[in-house]
Parts: sequence; C-alpha cells; structure tokens
Amino acid sequence: MIIPCPWCGERPHTEFAYGGDATIRRPAEPAAASDAEWFDYLYIRPNPAGAHRELWHHAFGCGQWIEVRRDTLTHRIEGATPASGAEIDRDG
Amino acid sequence: MADQPFRNPNGGAIDRGQPLCFTFNNRSYWGYRGDTLASALVANGVRLVGRSFKYHRPRGIFGIGAEEPNALVQLGQGARTEPNTRATQIELYDGLSAASQNCWPSVGFDLGAVSGRLSAFLPAGFYYKTFMWPPHRWMAYEWFIRRAAGMGRAPVEADPDRYEHFNAHCDVLVIGGGPAGLAAALAAGRAGARVILAEDAPAFGGMLRGEATTIDGSPADRWTEAVTTELRALPDVVLLRRTVAFGYYDHNQVGLVERPYADLAAPPPHAPRQRLWHVRARRVVLATGANERSMAFGNNDRPGVMLASAARAYVNRYAARPGKRAVVFTNNDSAYAAAATLSAGGVEVAAVVDVRPQVEPRLLETLRSRNIESIAGHAVLRAEGTRGVSSATVVALDGRSGPARRLDCDLLCVSGGWNPTVHLHAQARGRPAYDAGIASFVPGASFQVEQSVGAAKGTFALAACLAEGFAAGARAAAQCGHANPVGPTPLAEAEPPPAAIQATWRVGARHGRREKRFVDLQNDVLDADIELAVSEGYRSIEHVKRYTTLGMGTDQGKTSNAVGFALVAEALGADMAGLGTTTFRPPYVPVALGALAGSEGGHHVAPVRRTPLHDWHLGAGAVMAASGQWMRPQAYPRPGETLEQAARREAETVRRAVGIVDVSTLGKIEIHGRDAAAFLERVYTNRWTNLPAGRCRYGLMLREDGMVFDDGTTTRFGEHQYFMTTTTAQYTAVHRKLEYYRQVVWPGLDLWLVPAVDAWASIAVAGPRSRAVLAQMLPRADLSDAALPFMGAMVGEVGGVPYRLFRISFSGELAYELAVPADRGAAVWQALLDAGAPFGIAPYGVDALNILRIEKGHVTGAELNGRTTADDLGFARMLRRDGDFIGRRSLSRPGLTDPDRRQLVGLVPADGVTPLPRGAQIVTEPPRGEQGSSLGELTSACISPHLGKPIGLALVSGGRARLGQQLLAVSPVLGRQVAVTLTSPHFFDPEGARLRG
Repeated sequence: MIIPCPWCGERPHTEFAYGGDATIRRPAEPAAASDAEWFDYLYIRPNPAGAHRELWHHAFGCGQWIEVRRDTLTHRIEGATPASGAEIDRDG
Repeated sequence: MADQPFRNPNGGAIDRGQPLCFTFNNRSYWGYRGDTLASALVANGVRLVGRSFKYHRPRGIFGIGAEEPNALVQLGQGARTEPNTRATQIELYDGLSAASQNCWPSVGFDLGAVSGRLSAFLPAGFYYKTFMWPPHRWMAYEWFIRRAAGMGRAPVEADPDRYEHFNAHCDVLVIGGGPAGLAAALAAGRAGARVILAEDAPAFGGMLRGEATTIDGSPADRWTEAVTTELRALPDVVLLRRTVAFGYYDHNQVGLVERPYADLAAPPPHAPRQRLWHVRARRVVLATGANERSMAFGNNDRPGVMLASAARAYVNRYAARPGKRAVVFTNNDSAYAAAATLSAGGVEVAAVVDVRPQVEPRLLETLRSRNIESIAGHAVLRAEGTRGVSSATVVALDGRSGPARRLDCDLLCVSGGWNPTVHLHAQARGRPAYDAGIASFVPGASFQVEQSVGAAKGTFALAACLAEGFAAGARAAAQCGHANPVGPTPLAEAEPPPAAIQATWRVGARHGRREKRFVDLQNDVLDADIELAVSEGYRSIEHVKRYTTLGMGTDQGKTSNAVGFALVAEALGADMAGLGTTTFRPPYVPVALGALAGSEGGHHVAPVRRTPLHDWHLGAGAVMAASGQWMRPQAYPRPGETLEQAARREAETVRRAVGIVDVSTLGKIEIHGRDAAAFLERVYTNRWTNLPAGRCRYGLMLREDGMVFDDGTTTRFGEHQYFMTTTTAQYTAVHRKLEYYRQVVWPGLDLWLVPAVDAWASIAVAGPRSRAVLAQMLPRADLSDAALPFMGAMVGEVGGVPYRLFRISFSGELAYELAVPADRGAAVWQALLDAGAPFGIAPYGVDALNILRIEKGHVTGAELNGRTTADDLGFARMLRRDGDFIGRRSLSRPGLTDPDRRQLVGLVPADGVTPLPRGAQIVTEPPRGEQGSSLGELTSACISPHLGKPIGLALVSGGRARLGQQLLAVSPVLGRQVAVTLTSPHFFDPEGARLRG
C-alpha cells in the first residue's frame, strides 16, 4: 500500500506503524466515565468492513501520527490528515 | 557435438557454436547454449525424468515452461543445490548437474513404485481417513509418509550467494514479452511513458520464438529483435529478461524475481544470484499468454505424453525432436499447426485424432499434404507402454464407427484447449469469468488498474494479439499523460477464424477400466479421486481441492485445474461458470526464500546497535550479549574466571569499592515546553509540577488498562526543560506512545519531545568510593550532599567536555550517572578508570548490574511484564491522589484491586544454600499424590554475593500477606523443586542509608 503522509507525501506502508482505530476517543474526563464507557474505550473496536478511519505513525519518516481514511475491503485510501488536527500551510 | 540423436541438424534458437556438457542422473550429455535442461534432454532422447509424487509412476517431460508438472529436478550440488526446479525453465550451462527426485534407489528402479500397485488403497483423503487414528500414532506414520513422498532436498549448507531488492516506479508495467506484450511496451514507450517490460524467459518473443510467421513483413524473430532494439534505445524503458512476475499486491504493486545470471553455474563475484523487484506501476498490462491443458485418458501420464504446443516448441525453438512417431490428440484447431511442425521437423506424425466430428477443409489439406491421417470424431482412450508410450488406443465417440484402433507411437501430443494465464488478474482481485467459446476462464472485471491483452485475455490470433497489445500500451501511456505519436499498429497475416473447440475433459466411461486417468500429474490426482470427493459430499471447489490436493503442487495446477473443475461441475451437475475457480494466490511460480529475504539475512536480519563504548568493551575482553538490538557487556571475565565468577567479583567490587557500567542504552527523551510538567503528570502516575530544577525523580508509567508500562528517572534542568530516561527495552514504544498522546490526545499542550538516546554516552559510577573518583575527575564540581544530594542533578564542563551528572542509584550504593556527548564517551570512560585506579575501580556488566538490583529489590522487564499493576510491585504510594493520568481510570476495576493478585515478594531457599530453579512456579506443598496449584512464578534469581546465598524475586498471589510462609519453587522443565521462604524483596539496605551516602 502507498500511504499519502500529509507531511511527506506518498510513502510505502512499510515506513509506517499501524496505530488502531482513529474513531476511538479517550474520554475527556476519564474519572467521570462509567465502567461500561471505559471498557468500551479500552477494548471495543467496531472493525468495520468498508470505510474506516485509522491512525498510522510515520515511524520511519517524519514521526508524526496521521489519520488515514482507508476502505478495509478494497485497501483504497481516500486521504490522510495530521492526527493532531493541525492545518498544513502549503505555502509556508 | 557428441551424439544428440534427437537433435535436428539445422534450425532452432540455439548456438551450435557453444556446445555445453552436463550431467543428468550422473550420465554425461551434450547440449548447446540456448537450450533448457528439458530441451537438451529431449535432444538426447532422455524420456524418463522422474517419478510421480504418490504412485511413483515413471514420468517424462510434459510442457515447455512454468506449467511443467513432471520434470522437477534437483539442480546443482552442495550449497547451491535447489530442489523442485522445472527442467523446462533451467537454462543449460557448462557443467550443469541435475538429478531426478522422488525415486529411490534410481529413477529406473524405484521401490516406491509398489505403491502404484496398491493404489486402490490410496484414494482421495487417504491420509485423513487412515492415519488420523489413534491420534498419537500420527507422529510415527508421518516419518514414513514424508520419506516416501519427499520432494527434493533443501541445501543444508549456508547459501553462498547474495540477493538484492529493488524498488521501482513506472507508468506502465508490461508483464510478458510475447507479441502482445512487446506491442504494448512499444506503444507505451513511443508515447513517452516510463515502461518496465518483464519477460520470464531468457529471450523475448514468447510463442513467436523460432516460429516461421511474419510481422510487418519480417520474420517474427527479426521483428522481436527490432522492437527490443528500439525499446532499449528509449531512455525511460527498462527491459527485464529472466524475470517472472509472481505476485500482484495492493495499490498496483507487483513483485518480480529476476534471475540475471541463470545461464551461469554461479553469479559473478559481487553480483546477486536473484533480484526481487517491488514495482509500483500506475498501469499494468498483463500479456502473460496462455497455458495449454491436457485431457484425462488412460495412462495419460506416461513418458511421451506431451502438450502439443510444447512438442511444437521443442522442434521450432530448440531443433529437438520429442519422439520418432507421434499421434496428436486434440479437441481444437491449434494442434494442427503442431502436427505440421512436427512433421516438418522430422517426426513422423501417424494421425491427428480430433474429438470433433467435422474438421475444417484447410486443416485436412494441411494434413493431407504431409501424409498425416485425420481421425475425426475419435478420441484416445488410453496410452499403452510402461516406461514410455508405445501406442495409443483410439475409439470412436459415437460408439458405432468400428472397433478400437491401436496406433503405434512413442509421442502422444495432447491439446485439450488453452487456459489464459489469469493468475495475476485474479491475484489483483479481478474476477475470472467462464468463456464457453474457449471452454476456459478469461479475465473478468478488473479491480486494480490492470488490463489483460492477447492470449491472457483469450485472444489467440497473432494479428489480434498485436493490435490489442499495441492499443492497450498506447492507452495506458495516455492515461498517464504521455501522448506522443506511437506509429502504426504492427501487422501480421490475417488467419481464418478457428472452428469451435469441443470441450473435452475426460475420455472413457466414468466407471471404466481400472487404468488411471490423471487430472493433476504433479499430485497424482485421478478423475476417480475427484468423483469420490464429490460423492462423499464435498461441494465447494475449494474443499474438493484440499481433500484431493488438486492443483496444490508446485505447479499450482496450471495444466490440471480446468480439467479438475470441469469434472467437479460434471459430478455435481453444475456449470463451470457457477462453480468458479479456486483462489489464485501468489506466488505464480515458486520463489526462493533467499530472494524474499534479499540482503536481510544473517546478522542483517535486524540492525545491531552499539554504544559509544562498544570498542572499549571488546578490547577489555567483555563477553557481549544482545539486549534487544543493543549489544551490552555481560561481564569482563579475567583469565581463569567463569562468567558467574566475573559477575560476582564485579558486584562485590561495587559494594566494597567502586565500579562503572555503560548505561548508554537507556532510553532518553528531551521534553521541552511550557506544558512539559503538565504532560509528565499525565503520562506518569506521580507528581511532577513540584519538582525543582536540578532534581530527578523516579517515575512510573502505566498503560490505559492500568498495567505498568515502563519506569525511569526524569530530571528537571530548567523551567520548561526536562530529560526523561526509559528502560532500554521499551524506549521505542515509550517514545511512540508519548508522541501519540502529545499529538492525538492532548494536541493543545505546548511541548516537544526530542529522542536523544544516541546523543549521550551514559556511565554509572557506583559504590562507596564513587564520590571520591568523581572528585578526581571533576575537581571544580561541588559533590557535597548539600550541593548534589541523592536524586540531585547538575550540569558542568570538564576539559572542554560538557556533562550532565545525576546522583541516582540502581545498585543501592552511593552512585552517580555521568552523561557526556556520545563521541567523548570513550575518553571519559577511560579517564574514570584512570582516576578510579587508586580506589580499586573495575568495570561491571549487565550480569553484575542484575545481581545488584535483585539484592535491592528493583524491578526490570521480568517484573514489568505487562501483567503487573503499581500495587502488585509495591508502588501504590506512587499513585497520585488527584487528577488524571494514563491508566488511572482502570485502577478501580475489580480485577485490579483483587487482594489475591500476584504481588512482588522476595524468595530465599529454606535451607539457605540451594539455588532457585529459573522459571520456577511457586506452589503450595501439595497433599500426598496430588499436584499443587500455582500461586505465582519466580521472575528473577541470583546468588547474592552480599548475603552469600541464593535469592530471588517472585510474583505470588497475595504475596505480601504470606511473608514468612514456606512454599515450593518447582521447575518441571529442570526437574527441580526447592523449598522457599517468602521475604521482603528488599534484601539489601532496605532503609536506603547507603545510597544517601
């Protein structure tokens, strides 16, 4: 697979480490989360067949975590953005 | 050159000026440069080349290329020997030696052949039915089965050759250098695209090689020459011969294996034996051609039974006659040209037997002009002969046209039709579709950006192949933005359209005579095996495949699958289209493990990391041990010392005087920013905002599930400047995880993480005299307790070398850690030894380090095993009461507060002398005759020089409440059992008086 790193451009997936489901969010106030909510955060992953948002770490590249939109059935990658939500200034 | 009785005096794409001597089964023969092993054997009249897998029946050469199911040989000797190589694809070189496989003691007299006579007892699923019960006997059966089946020998010596990997990108990858592929590459190249053309054979041309046809008015071979010359002159075109495309992967990545020196016994010095290409192509044109297939009739495996196209190619390409007198058996038009070629090449062709009742007049005319009998509406029922075909029995298919005839022949050419090579298309998740017009599967809807052309698409007329390839090449280039003019389409003579094939899979009654009709030659799968599988209830083609082993040989059923699928469909009363195919998976042909590994063999499997002091350690005679990727000194044995004695002496030196140890492998991360302290409070369990500058603190890091992840010290050097150390083993994981939290979870925090493990050489100086040694080294530094207390840190400079000095201790002694820039490490290390000589200093390794920390009850990887909580390890007081940190929410989960959790304790043998068995389980004394249940496990053990007795650390259920109890440490592996007493894990100076000086 070729992953389009928003910082480095198209790179082979062997430069990246998979980082799991990007839709899983750490509860903002873990202490306020119920046992069930915390359990879901820790262990439950929807593992969809089809469109998926997932985290990849560009471990052998820029070191940035990115969010990749990939179809798990076709491996088609629609795009990738910084996982931090940072805006990339293309002119800067 | 020496007698090659079946070689024609003229013709063929071989170099008669370069005779080559080779041996097969220890007999010497001659061939020519340009031969394959198979063509040279054909030219020498060698017909028996191997024995079959299951019945050990004699087998001969069947095909011409990758499809070959029979002629698998052990190639070469010694370290370069290679099993299961196809004689049809081995290029002849001088001195080549090859031998038959799967026969003992010789191919002519094979004891295993007796299993052929017992074949009624070896039906489909035989192994599943017979050998699986009683289960424990399988181990005994397996030995005999493997011995009887054996498919060649893997080399036992190390591979002497190099392999390398290339990564390549291109606009258009063309796979297959036959007419369609050459035309595609030509058009794409002329259009200006970056093109890679890969051809499996040593020469381009595919089916054109040695043929008499013309293209653009030139003989085919000359056209091929002209096209490849033009392509070589284009700057962005790469031509690869001896290169097979074996796998089609996601995002249009194709794996190629190039064998650049396959025509030599060994590659030249420093050159690779094979080269693996990872090609990423924007467009792929599949011009992989088609494989001819067989039909199942009696004894259709005898030496002398050969695909018609293969026989034709042996004559045309290699001027080698595969027999003296041939019968051709077909169900389609293509075999008539083969019959004509054989006849022109000096093979007497007795007859063409065609299952179709009507044969085109022009084909009949071809036969008549060569005095070949046409026997239409008939089929070959069986072949006669044992070591080779001696005759063929021909019967009428309408059952009325007279008695069976027996035709004498030593060559029986078969053409059951053609299977487009859809493998790569299917690997690319295309869906092959059944085409009744050619009775085979053709490429269907593509999933990736690939397109099949020519015979790979089911297009067999030469003119159409050229046009299709040329158009596809031009279009693929245009889609990549290259639209230079491509010139006219190459033209071949128009051929009249062929008459329809009459799909024929098997000749003879379903339950006819006992003779064997083979579907899969390599795995000895009979038509009866397939019918048995269906009658036993198998419906899915995938299940029938696995039950019968159809298509599971190294040839992956290239000549057999279509026949097998058809017989399943027939037995089920289903149609081929509905039944489908088995899954096509890489590799298309077997790929050597060496090629897949590339240069990443031996010590290149993983990088080796060496500290800045590595060379010093080696010079001092250290025994080095791998610790993850790092090489670390285990101990520095002196003459006459064992490793254990050295470690003990080194540990005693630290307790008594002073020692130094290389701790450069510890992970190091600079943490800078206004929110650095806030970040540390979230990733560690303890408090950080109150740490003053110039002080260190021990930190504990959890995972979100509450288990301990890592530990280490972090030092504050400035208002917003921190320096973290991690364990050696977890450094990469910790850094990645901290970046994850910084970037993804708390992007609002203002801080940066800078990995710094390679920037520093770190040396721990430990022992009661460590301060004295450092005072010599750093005369300007104030090392008093007031200036540098326990867990204090300072920066300075000595002799132009900047340093960081930490007063931290892993050993439990007064100790320091001195960090200097990596390139000054060796000099500083030596200076410490010099300064410490009067104080009795000695270097110590990780074994002594381990002894010292076990005595002190410090945990490492054995205890931080991913299943222990802070409380388990006695760190409950390090859990901050307020605020959030990673893993905090999990700590209240019931499983983490269970009082019976395994807790860290110390162990000593009850008798005070017996060493603790490594890896032991901790159990209660069992009632007589029963097994005790495990309460925990021993995690670390040593013989304590300080206490003079064995000690250990263990994780024991409810351990802290059991201190003083006597239990058993049991190692069934070592066969040892030791009575132990549970103690505090702090064996040495539990109050910490010594490390405070």
